[in-house]
Amino acid sequence: MPDLDVLSPILLWTAIAIYAAAFVAYAFDLARRSQVTADAKSVREAELVVAAGGATPARRAASGVPASGAPQRFVMARIGTSLTVLGFLFHLAATVTRGIAAGRVPWANLYEFAMIGTLLIVAVFLAVLSRIDLRFLGTFITGLVVVLMGASATNFFVAVVPLMDPLKSVWLIIHVFVASLATAFFALAFALSVLQLMQSRRERLVVEAAERTGAGFLRTLPQSDRLESLAYRFTIIGFILWTFTLIAGAIWAQDAWGRYWGFDVKETWTFVIWVIYAGYIHARATRGWRGNPSAWLAIVGFSAVIFNFTIVNVFFKGLHAYSGLS
Amino acid sequence: MSSSRSETEITTSKDAVNSDVSDPLRPSDHIDGDGSIAQPKLGLVGWLRWGWRQLTSMRTALVLLLVLAIAAIPGSIFPQRMADPNGVTEWERNNPDLFPVLDALKLFDVYLSPWFSAIYLLLFTSLVGCVIPRIRHHAKALRARPPRTPARLQRLEDFRSAQRDLPASAGSSADAEASASIDIATKQLKSLGYRVERYDKGRTFSVSAERGYWRETGNLLFHIALVGVLITVGVGGGFAYTGQRVLVEGETFANTLVDYDSMNRGRFVADDALTPYAMRLDSFDVTYQPFGEPGSGQAGDFSANVAVTDREGDTSEGSVRVNHPLDIAGDKIYLLGNGYAPTITVRNADGDVVYHNSVPFLPQDNNMTSLGVIKVTDGMPEQLGLIGFFYPTAASGKDGAIASGFGDLVNPLLTLDVYAGDLGINDGAPKSVYVLDTTGMTKLAGRTTDVESIELSPGETGDLPNGLGTVTFEDESPEGATDATQSVKRFASLQIHHDASAVWVLVFALLALGGLMLALFVPRRRVWVKATGANDSVFLEYAGLARGEDPTLAAAVDALVAGHARLMDAAGGSVAREEQTSSGEQAPPASEHAKVD
Ligand code: HEM
Repeated sequence: MPDLDVLSPILLWTAIAIYAAAFVAYAFDLARRSQVTADAKSVREAELVVAAGGATPARRAASGVPASGAPQRFVMARIGTSLTVLGFLFHLAATVTRGIAAGRVPWANLYEFAMIGTLLIVAVFLAVLSRIDLRFLGTFITGLVVVLMGASATNFFVAVVPLMDPLKSVWLIIHVFVASLATAFFALAFALSVLQLMQSRRERLVVEAAERTGAGFLRTLPQSDRLESLAYRFTIIGFILWTFTLIAGAIWAQDAWGRYWGFDVKETWTFVIWVIYAGYIHARATRGWRGNPSAWLAIVGFSAVIFNFTIVNVFFKGLHAYSGLS
Repeated sequence: MSSSRSETEITTSKDAVNSDVSDPLRPSDHIDGDGSIAQPKLGLVGWLRWGWRQLTSMRTALVLLLVLAIAAIPGSIFPQRMADPNGVTEWERNNPDLFPVLDALKLFDVYLSPWFSAIYLLLFTSLVGCVIPRIRHHAKALRARPPRTPARLQRLEDFRSAQRDLPASAGSSADAEASASIDIATKQLKSLGYRVERYDKGRTFSVSAERGYWRETGNLLFHIALVGVLITVGVGGGFAYTGQRVLVEGETFANTLVDYDSMNRGRFVADDALTPYAMRLDSFDVTYQPFGEPGSGQAGDFSANVAVTDREGDTSEGSVRVNHPLDIAGDKIYLLGNGYAPTITVRNADGDVVYHNSVPFLPQDNNMTSLGVIKVTDGMPEQLGLIGFFYPTAASGKDGAIASGFGDLVNPLLTLDVYAGDLGINDGAPKSVYVLDTTGMTKLAGRTTDVESIELSPGETGDLPNGLGTVTFEDESPEGATDATQSVKRFASLQIHHDASAVWVLVFALLALGGLMLALFVPRRRVWVKATGANDSVFLEYAGLARGEDPTLAAAVDALVAGHARLMDAAGGSVAREEQTSSGEQAPPASEHAKVD
């Protein structure tokens, strides 16, 4: 049996390959949706005109997929989900073996942050799938995860080395884990917000009786207001986790650096992200800002999360020099 | 939304749908607000009132939040004086032309700048202005009774109905049974945490119930706690102090203002505010990853072992480690840095000791190549300055220059360049002990001179140039030591921090977190159960109305219906008529739903 620190990257690359296959399956699913729905187009659009022109749409899409979508139509989606589960198992094994090899939690440098962060994105996605059918997010989730994992495994890989003193703390376990979990929820909310914008554009075009109404698969997706309320629910969970991350980070900073807050680069960005999402939540409650504008804020928020995770970690100089890269 | 509803609908569902006293108060541009666009009334007071309304509107809060987020970003791009003063100096050196402009814009003090302060102060003014009326309103709402049951419950989105038959043998009337069913529903709702109110009228019996007051309480708690965080941070800073002190092994520090190397204190910290105690650095521990192992050379497990003597003269041992500050009388001691402090003795030509000290050398790289300065002020014909490099594990680098290959003491070596002249310390201007100002001095030994740098191992003595005397690199190893690992003393750079407000900041932050969870997760909803007696049966209606985000309302109404049926069965009297049960999904068409969110 090979050493665990050799095994772990092998498992990780296997997971990446499986996720890539899942991505392809999900992409086929979306393409098929476009095709199949072309037939049902006239029926559905008549419905939509009523919904958009009339009062609030009924809660017809409560299950996440309109009733007209027959289950057998989503074979590719099912394959995608199965592959995602399989990839997740390899991914989990890669993470656990890394942790055992290191003799500590496997989230103490950039390579490991990426590994645990993407693991949690997939875990949250799969957990949500068991309750709400969000398989239409499959391409996005697997695509994002493949890109992040691939980039990190090629550029950020570092061998296991002992922890630096500041990282020897219970707060490493709590703070980083919760931050990664928050990121996972923000990622789902981001994807839903993007779809919400596409869907609301489509709804507008349908009402205007435009010739082309955007990507065909959108027809099989929930209405934009349903996507929005899902995005909101994920965001508020992410926001609470992020608030906790902020507080836990401050407690840790107090112990490690002798002050709870010092506008270190990473602290600043954590704060900026928190404020953007507070803005998003406010926007949802502000007349004239619900809908597209608030969706844009969710997108900006997640972009800031990714920026914080990549650019800030690698290029910005600060006390949080834990990327493990030199 | 209301535009699609007809006049009659608005009146019928008025009690349920329009806001009333038990609803939270919202700025008028809130999504649930009345949307009244207030025109400024003429006159100063009118304008002031209008301005205040603008400031406390949702839109203003939102815009200020976004502006705050943007305004915080430059501080992550430019080095900040409070976090990274050396970075600022370096930036200035690299961009001498741009620096004054950006500095005038406070881009190196973003978080103390007037513009940044203006943003968050406006935001918090808006917050207070927004929250105070809401607190008053909510205090009333907490005492209000649930509103009258709407006449036509089936217009509400989550509507269910059921019919129960009276057994022929039963002696009770339909009305009595209807009333009893509402008694049961009332009890059931109460036990579910609803506030309940009976509204009976003719042959119609109903209970109106409301829950989720914690949602608004949580929201208010969250916003108030944010104010609490801001105030405790601001006020607390005035009572806090932070000082630094470098201690060489064996040295003692007394907690008085004069004994600090540097000190920052809040404006309310008096000269005599410091608790008297003394702290001696007994030893400094550090371990290095051995050669050939992953992370080789990496230092860790730092521990400054100190003996603390308090005011009463009692001494206790303690250690200062990263992540584990030492608590002394409300002060927290942190480990900021560490390094080597070679002990150096200088003798003049007559052999008299003119200098003897353990000098902290500042580490320059990960292998502890360290730089230090020795200033000999008296006892020599001219003042003498030595610039020294210390290498714990000296090795020849690629270009033949010496470098340190490892952080621990394996092959310690000290090199010294010698300057003679005026140290410039007599003119009163403060000079750093780590910097030698060579402007008034001549270089006697080292690169660019004819004389080579002095190179010494622990225990060795070398000659100063021009017959000035000797310099000795003392070996500090204890008796009988077999290797060099203890030949040079170490120093610890300690930070002494006092801030009694930190715990209050934490308390408010946790209150904010708690409030936030209540505000976002507690569902606020109204529920009605109505029973109407007919000939031999009771007609039951159930309806739920979300007041704010409430994804689980439908499930809650279903659970209510099921639970009520179970309780009714248990009580006896009537029997459910199964096939009649209907749900709101089928009953009224979607477009007639009086949806409120
Ligand atoms: C420091 C600045 C602020 C932050 C970080 C902030 C953050 C938040 C957050 C996270 C929420 C969601 C929690 C909840 O719904 O209870 C919220 C809600 C709310 N905030 Fe603020 N807020 C700030 C300032 C303000 C100001 C100035 C106002 C007054 C205009 C305001 C009015 C409200 C209202 C009315 C809600 C309830 C929204 C709803 O009905 O869903 N907030 N705020």
